[in-house]
Amino acid sequence: MNAQQPPVLAIEGLRVEYPLANGTVFTAVENASLVIRPGEIHALVGESGAGKTTIGNTVMGLLEKPGRIAAGTIHIDGRKFDPAKGSAEGVVLGRDVGAVFQDPMTSLNPLFTIESQLTEAMRFHLKLDNAQARARALELLQAVGIPEPQRRLKAYPHQLSGGQRQRVVIAAALSCGPKLVVADEPTTALDVSVQAQILKLLRDLADQRGIGILLVTHNMGVVAQIADRVTIMHRGQVVETGTTEEVLRRPKAVYARALIGAVPRIDARLDRFPVLGEEGKGRAEQARTELRARAERSTQTADDTPILSVENLCVDYNTSGWLPGSKGHRFRAVDGVSFSVRRGEVFGLVGESGCGKTTIANVVSGLVRPTSGQVLYRGRSIAGEGAVRRIGPLRQAIQMIFQDPYSSLNGRMRIGSILSEPILFYRLAGSKAEAESDVARLIEAVGLDAEAAQRFPHAFSGGQRQRLSIARALGARPKLIVCDEPTSSLDVSVQAQILNLLKDLRDATGLTLLLISHDLAVVRQMCDRVAVMRQGNLLEQANAETLFERPQHPYTQELLSLVPTLDRIRGETRAA
Amino acid sequence: MLKVLLSRLGQAALVMLVVSAVSFVMFRYVGDPVATMSRENASVEEKAELRRSLGLDQPLIVQYGRFLGRTLRGDLGISYRNQRPVTELIAERLPATLELVLVATILSLALGIPLGVLCALKPDGAAARLVQALSLVGISTPTFVTGIVLILVFAVSLGWLPSFGRGQVIDLGWWSTGLLTASGLKSLLLPGITLALYQLTLIMRLVRAEMIDVLSSDYIRFAKARGLPKRYIHFRLALRNALMPVITVTGLQIGSLIAFAIVTETVFQWPGMGLLFIQAVSFVDIPVMAAYLLFVGLLFVLINTVVDILYAVVDPRLRARSA
Repeated sequence: MNAQQPPVLAIEGLRVEYPLANGTVFTAVENASLVIRPGEIHALVGESGAGKTTIGNTVMGLLEKPGRIAAGTIHIDGRKFDPAKGSAEGVVLGRDVGAVFQDPMTSLNPLFTIESQLTEAMRFHLKLDNAQARARALELLQAVGIPEPQRRLKAYPHQLSGGQRQRVVIAAALSCGPKLVVADEPTTALDVSVQAQILKLLRDLADQRGIGILLVTHNMGVVAQIADRVTIMHRGQVVETGTTEEVLRRPKAVYARALIGAVPRIDARLDRFPVLGEEGKGRAEQARTELRARAERSTQTADDTPILSVENLCVDYNTSGWLPGSKGHRFRAVDGVSFSVRRGEVFGLVGESGCGKTTIANVVSGLVRPTSGQVLYRGRSIAGEGAVRRIGPLRQAIQMIFQDPYSSLNGRMRIGSILSEPILFYRLAGSKAEAESDVARLIEAVGLDAEAAQRFPHAFSGGQRQRLSIARALGARPKLIVCDEPTSSLDVSVQAQILNLLKDLRDATGLTLLLISHDLAVVRQMCDRVAVMRQGNLLEQANAETLFERPQHPYTQELLSLVPTLDRIRGETRAA
Repeated sequence: MLKVLLSRLGQAALVMLVVSAVSFVMFRYVGDPVATMSRENASVEEKAELRRSLGLDQPLIVQYGRFLGRTLRGDLGISYRNQRPVTELIAERLPATLELVLVATILSLALGIPLGVLCALKPDGAAARLVQALSLVGISTPTFVTGIVLILVFAVSLGWLPSFGRGQVIDLGWWSTGLLTASGLKSLLLPGITLALYQLTLIMRLVRAEMIDVLSSDYIRFAKARGLPKRYIHFRLALRNALMPVITVTGLQIGSLIAFAIVTETVFQWPGMGLLFIQAVSFVDIPVMAAYLLFVGLLFVLINTVVDILYAVVDPRLRARSA
């Protein structure tokens, strides 16, 4: 659209290297080129380790040592980037190049007010005095759509919600009128509805202020919604580049096609998740077969007896008041929720953050006590009124997979000990040797090498760790697994493998899954029945197909309409 | 918030009760006071009379009750050795110790924080390596060795500074200060450095570790991405975050500095509370020992309570959580 204007960012033949301790060199980015013109949003897509964030950091001069630019040139606003200085002549980071980071919870300093963090760059770069800077900060907060900006200026970051913080971060990035904004996964940590607002904000900024935006992301839906052009990267190489429509609709490179194919679809349910490359090498497949064979075989995979029923569940969180004995503030996280999960079923619980879905998961696994109501497992109360103590078989039957694979594995234990713990604890193996072979089988079943047992968690990537925590949950041979956002930290290809594994186990052994997720596409692919929650209330529950095809509740309809999908590509809607 | 405060105060009172019980028990079991107080050839009747007049014939619980009552009124007994009220002795010695601790704390903060920042910013620089190595020496050398070496160098060989005592002091009401005279200040220097050395290395290492942590955080990366000047990022933004735990540690350390200035005070014959305690130990002056125990217990309980409350005041996030 602005083909005549000079580009705000031009990268040519960029190579970024990290010299390693053993004398070899790791090439993070190889021969990458891209051009961004004013008002253009250019998406840089790829899985973790593809080198997309490295490019973003290099442009901002934030390349971590010992990384270095080994070849190629970068021009920002027509000026050549000097690798030695980490910036281009006459281009000031923060004034001409703005940055938006992934996690709004951590990108603002908790000890300083919003005003201080918004105005400091203006005071340094534009030499504004305090009053001028404050006036401009007010304008910016209004521009990014923060209510009551006057009051928010004096607030501390923890007093704002995640979406509001990300708006503040964007306001800070815009404060000095940049020509280029580097946005690294700007909406990954946000809810769908907030994500939709932030994406619209970014698009408006590009359209109205003519800012060029380098959007680093792994979410194809986001790309489809707001990007003008796309570059797909794989292992440091650019595999495909072009307009959003060309790349998403008619990808040429094999990898690009596979990556786009692996995005979970929200519009139709498939039998299995399409997987990048060949799935399950021989050993992994064999291990899974063994796992299936060992598990208790059931004739019916899904029958009508509920394995888990939640009845009128209420959970209050109390905060203490000023005086002893005073009531204080009470927050009702879950408000009279009832549902039941059948044996062999995948039951989905969806909703935005703060809706109470994780609280329910915690009650089911026994980590939180309900205020009223009860949870029954096979007709026996396990939480709330008349709850039996969870001992032995009952604890073994219900296992949990947590969201964050970085904090859910003990960093000081070897993988082997972590995985054999439940096996030995529940006496599922006759001897230590037997437990070890069980562990090896579990590790292979989740697609890793059995020698992983000898290593510590830090030796594995996020996706690998999550697979190990799934292996740990499976090790107890549970009947019901509570999965709290099991794949939200994973790349699409790994996500597909893991979800397929869970599906297989369900089909083969009658395993029941309570899947908690905010990713509606994953829910559609995985779940038989789905319940939608908002602010502690259960709004709607239905068969997955019914819910996605004919949502009844307005909130469900709104949620579904907000999910960025590949069907709605920006270039196309414009043409239409 | 008030609930938190009240429960903290309740806990503090409980701890003090236990401490007072321990110091009361000292009177019972560290020798019989009647035997120490009466003449060698006193008759049994004389001893019994003395026992009655001291209230030692009452049941234990009554004696403890009386002891508590006296303590609460500020009457800690009379020193066996000096024959003066213990409260008076402590009040007399307190300024010397407090001034020493004040100087030591200021020294350790004034040097420890900048050195810690230096080590965090340039971890591979020659200066940082030297400081790190020296800090290892500082943290592993016993206080009495440091003190004696300092005396040897600066008092004996060079003759620049006095090796013992407080020098000339000026009385301001009941407080005697050595901070206003040249000889008082000179006398403060060596014991101050000796006492500060351990805390200095502790603070330096803490600041360094915290600073390295903070510098790799997202909000500092975001500050860099906004192109803010390095000095501003390091000293205004990052340092403030890094100093949070230093507040706690310094607070707690002031307590132990006061309580354990004993060694330094002994080496430099500093007329503070530590020296008072050491002298009391060698003369089995139980009232003084018991009072010292009570005092140190009170000090620690007070400091811990204040630090707990301060933390909630300083960190806006904690304020929200406890409110």
